[in-house]
Amino acid sequence: MVAPTTPAEIGGIGHSVQRKEDARLIEGQGNFLDDIDLPNTLHMAILRSPLAHARINGIDSEAAMALDGVLAVVTGDLMDQHGLAWMPTLSGDTQAVLATDKVRYQGQEVAAVIATDPYIATDALELIEVDYEELPPITTPQQSLEEGAALIRDEKEGQTDNLAYTWETGDQGATEEAFAQADRVVTLETHYPRSHPAPLETCGIVADVNSVTGQATIYMTSQAPHAHRTLFAMVAGLPEQNIRIVSPDIGGGFGNKVPIYPGYVVATAASLLIGQPVKWVESRTENLISTGFARDYYMKGELAVTDEGRILGLRVDMLSDQGAFYSDAQPTQFRAGLFHVVTGSYDFGAAHINCKGAFTNKAPGGVAYRCSFRITEASYLIERLVQTAAYEVGIDPAEMRLRNFIQPEQFPYETATGFVYDSGDYPTALRTAMDEVGYEDLRREQAEARAEGRLMGIGIAHFTEAVGAGPSRTYDIAGLKMIDSAELRVHPTGKAILKLGVKTQGQGHETTFAQIVAEVLGIPANDIKVEHGDTDHTPYGLGTYASRSTPVGGAATAVVARKLADKSKKIAAHLLEAADEDIELASGVFSVAGSPDRSVTIQDVALAAYTNLPEGMEYGLDDVTYYDPPNLTYPYGSYIVVVEVDPDTGVWQVQRMVALDDCGVRINPMIVEGQICGGLTEGFAMSAMQWITFDEDGNCIGANFMDYLVPTAWETPRFELLATEVPSPHHPIGAKGVGESATVGSPAAFVNAVIDAVAHLGVRNIDMPVLPDRVWAAIDEAS
Amino acid sequence: MFPSRFDLVVAQTVAEAVEAKVDAGEGGRFLAGGQSLIPMMKMRVAFPETLIDINRIAGLDAIERSNGHLQVGALVRHADVVASDATFGAVAAAAPWVADPLVRNRGTMCGSVAHCDPEGDWNSVLLATGADVIAQGPSGERSISIADFVDGAFTSTLGEDELVVGLRIPVPSGRSGGAYLKLERKIGDYATVAVASHLELDDSGAIAAAGLALTSVNPINTKVADAEVLLVGQQPSEELFAEAAELAAAAAEPRDDVRGTAAWKRQVVRTYTKRGLAAAAQQAEGS
Amino acid sequence: MEINITINGSDHASDVEPRTLLVDHIRRTVGLTGTHVGCDTTSCGACTVLMDGTPVKACTVLAAQADGSEVTTVEGLKGADGLHPIQSAFTDDHGLQCGFCTPGMMLVGASLIAENPDPSDDDVRWAISGNLCRCTGYINIVKAIQTAAARVAESSNGS
Ligand SMILES: Cc1cc2nc3c(=O)[nH]c(=O)nc-3n(C[C@H](O)[C@H](O)[C@H](O)COP(=O)(O)OP(=O)(O)OC[C@H]3O[C@@H](n4cnc5c(N)ncnc54)[C@H](O)[C@@H]3O)c2cc1C
Ligand code: FES
Ligand code: FES
Repeated sequence: MVAPTTPAEIGGIGHSVQRKEDARLIEGQGNFLDDIDLPNTLHMAILRSPLAHARINGIDSEAAMALDGVLAVVTGDLMDQHGLAWMPTLSGDTQAVLATDKVRYQGQEVAAVIATDPYIATDALELIEVDYEELPPITTPQQSLEEGAALIRDEKEGQTDNLAYTWETGDQGATEEAFAQADRVVTLETHYPRSHPAPLETCGIVADVNSVTGQATIYMTSQAPHAHRTLFAMVAGLPEQNIRIVSPDIGGGFGNKVPIYPGYVVATAASLLIGQPVKWVESRTENLISTGFARDYYMKGELAVTDEGRILGLRVDMLSDQGAFYSDAQPTQFRAGLFHVVTGSYDFGAAHINCKGAFTNKAPGGVAYRCSFRITEASYLIERLVQTAAYEVGIDPAEMRLRNFIQPEQFPYETATGFVYDSGDYPTALRTAMDEVGYEDLRREQAEARAEGRLMGIGIAHFTEAVGAGPSRTYDIAGLKMIDSAELRVHPTGKAILKLGVKTQGQGHETTFAQIVAEVLGIPANDIKVEHGDTDHTPYGLGTYASRSTPVGGAATAVVARKLADKSKKIAAHLLEAADEDIELASGVFSVAGSPDRSVTIQDVALAAYTNLPEGMEYGLDDVTYYDPPNLTYPYGSYIVVVEVDPDTGVWQVQRMVALDDCGVRINPMIVEGQICGGLTEGFAMSAMQWITFDEDGNCIGANFMDYLVPTAWETPRFELLATEVPSPHHPIGAKGVGESATVGSPAAFVNAVIDAVAHLGVRNIDMPVLPDRVWAAIDEAS
Repeated sequence: MFPSRFDLVVAQTVAEAVEAKVDAGEGGRFLAGGQSLIPMMKMRVAFPETLIDINRIAGLDAIERSNGHLQVGALVRHADVVASDATFGAVAAAAPWVADPLVRNRGTMCGSVAHCDPEGDWNSVLLATGADVIAQGPSGERSISIADFVDGAFTSTLGEDELVVGLRIPVPSGRSGGAYLKLERKIGDYATVAVASHLELDDSGAIAAAGLALTSVNPINTKVADAEVLLVGQQPSEELFAEAAELAAAAAEPRDDVRGTAAWKRQVVRTYTKRGLAAAAQQAEGS
Repeated sequence: MEINITINGSDHASDVEPRTLLVDHIRRTVGLTGTHVGCDTTSCGACTVLMDGTPVKACTVLAAQADGSEVTTVEGLKGADGLHPIQSAFTDDHGLQCGFCTPGMMLVGASLIAENPDPSDDDVRWAISGNLCRCTGYINIVKAIQTAAARVAESSNGS
């Protein structure tokens, strides 16, 4: 690990500085959405469809309206009168705000009650009568694309089937050639099941629209407040200067709080119509059945390999279940997100990827759940495939990887699908993790265990992520370029305020971003206040998701701090009566080259910036930067999991989990490790228990925390963390994103471990979640 | 999620509670730990008109041995069972696996028994140990054997106006052991499959009494009577337990669902019966 | 109905509907918003408070059931002489990220170390297994609770 260059009191890069946000949170003084209590607030509850597919013949809300305390019942027809029955999604589709014609999934928004109290609003829901005419539901994308399948999106002009999109990338010809040269083709078909980010705090809004002034102050659980402001302006036709989005403390986001949901639009419209603040906080059930699902990819991967275990090419066919509306939140150019990073950590020349998405009678979403736009699915597929190939060729899965890794000297490395990986040393990472876990010994133990009839498995995943979207030439969301910003103001006493376009949801921005400034200017991190989440008070940015805060917002912060460092050096030169170019800055002290006793501090300079300037210089010490990254950053890691499988029940247990992560320079190692442990837990959850499924009628199974299983401390494996630190060459401070690495990388490691335990029986695939009955059935079938 | 409106009666005595229940009629419901009832009300699958809170009734919170029985009062929480030294065998084994630590601080053993959720743990334990439920109604107290008490999914033979005031679980006098093996997906989950086993040994080491019951694999907690008959009089052995396990598997009629296939659940019943009986025998032999 | 609950040492008498959940009473009537709501099914523990010293899920207790009891919420952890050791340990060991589960985790932790001055890794994991955290992977929560236990033990040995 690189040693910090600043002393602990300053707390620059590399220090595990304690988090500033903790002080309020440990005393119960956080300000989460539901804690906001404006005078005269009304409460909204949403009536949702119990059916997956049905025509709405009528809605009778008379009895609900008559209930004491109910002010309004909003229906699709009312929204339609204001042109708000439908809204655009972040991927260019449209989505119903309140259903007018049909309901297309269980849990879809049908009507909303506005009442003086949330209990009463809930009471009123039961009094609304909806006349539904049931239609046959379509619950899988395979069904959906069958000839003659009922049209789900019959309202959509030009839509004649249930295809949501198609997308293709790579070089088909070159790939076919690679496959022609291969000794064998290894195939894996697997489903990455539907999952949900399920942050502990659900989504919510307090819309406060002043009908006289037109000012709309909207408090919402938003990972991207600036983008949301612009989209609100576009959707609702409100003048953007009158919209202020405030994203308060957020109880976790993980992608769930990126989209704009129907509830937000209805609450805002209701506040506008009634002239009082309207609050809507999702119940957990609403959260799980209607907002932001993730994954649901059916993938078929084929690897062309030689008998020596060299990979020559990759072919992928993918079919995604989009639910009723195509509402992924991803860059415009990429219909399947960054799924084409599926070539992973390996050096081979040819790949061809074919993607299709289908509409079904399920909730829409496709959000990047702790993931940079579908990288999780991609990483999972390649790591499962490589492991499968190792078994087929008959070499050790670790050796298979080592034979195919992109080598350190090949960076920057352009992949077969056009990503340019910035830096890395994959062999060192994998070997370090193998040494730590005692790989050779484990393989011996495994052989002994098998001889005794026990099942032990060792699973590896070596993932490479592409995070930090992104360069403006390639990346935009709904047309907005994916740049981000930082504004830094240093006050006369040498304290500073940093304002960000990104938004923390627990990642500790208030601490780490201050550390970046501390590193550059030498102002102690504790003297720097970090502000984020309020669009009236912060510069524009696309927000926090896809691990983009550090790669983009962090870079902006370093750049703006450097701009102020340059100005500060000139002021210091003036104070020290030296030439500008002779001034050196280290840990907040400006000294004259060659005579270190002649020095001033950043605090002296800050005061001088408002009191004593060189001729012709403008007063003040502040600036703003909008950062357009030259490339993505490519964090990677090597994960090794050891499991024991009970052959009689299929129950498996993690014995060890060693996780090596390389996310470039670590700003705050403590926080980085915290992110990794959280991510590993979600990866474990997806591999073992966490999924949303549906019955044939389209009823959601997994609609609450009794059915949607979030592991507790008891089930969660004890992780052993390791690190290497190969900096990103193009990032101003060499950092890469890390918030999602572990979620992206770890599911394959857990699944590979279970498969490894039964691979000798011939088992090659068990779909996630790797439930014990599936393991038992796989063993049963194989033997 | 919020419950719909109801009236609340806070009973100070058992008699008051029973009387309030008579007054409330069909819309009345007792409220014990509330750990099943309140979630159901919040989800609006239960709409009682009157709740009769029994939590303030004095004298119902003891768990103790007397007259050869473990007596459990209506206000004994699951956590009290975990903490008690008076428990034994399957009772002690099951207690820590009911719900989660916070739910155990409120939820009562009697409430769980009265609720008759086929996925609930306690009724299997009581079936295996041969317990009685003590009920008090307008016409006085009566004792109902657990096998007669459990009637179906969420239904018991408890009278409309009867309150469960306690449980009487016979404490074996000789060498005994018990186990409760529960396959749950995570803490706080109900059993996917669970097996309660109870064995008593005579002086020769043969099985003098046996209890075996299953959770979550039928619409009702299931006593595996034929396996119990098979076990009694025999020396504990792997083969014997394997045979009992086949009977247990045959007594299970699980369904395919998100937790797993029926075939696999039956296999877990088989495995857990073998392992549970072996653990019970081992405990008995060591006692 | 009239109820009186002692919350963090002060009496709060109020008139509540029988159906009012304790968590809503604390948050909306009393105005202490450190106690959170994270689920509908009594699964997450974000709403944990101590009722007469015992951790319970306040979303599954009626306010009326707490009548006459002493309730401690996260706001009541801090004493006259500053933060409770569990609070400082959560900061020191990075036991929180978004902070939404934290009040519940700290209250369970405080109640655990009051009973068990030297909890093992398994003891802590077992004790907090009724509380979900989506951010931390629990490792640092376990560490923080153990740190707090050690500090409490140390200061009581010292005095
Ligand atoms: C997250 C969670 C997980 C759980 N996991 C499990 C588990 O793994 N295993 C398990 O067995 N249970 C589990 N439970 C349920 C828990 O054990 C409940 O405590 C128990 O089922 C009901 O007891 P109670 O005292 O809370 O009853 P209440 O909820 O108060 O009442 C339940 C029903 O029983 C009736 N009732 C209660 N007491 C009496 C009485 N004395 N006489 C007559 N009728 C009465 C009530 O009227 C009501 O109909 C779980 C609950 C939760 C919230
Ligand atoms: S809100 Fe109480 S347990 Fe989740
Ligand atoms: S810190 Fe976010 S849920 Fe625990």
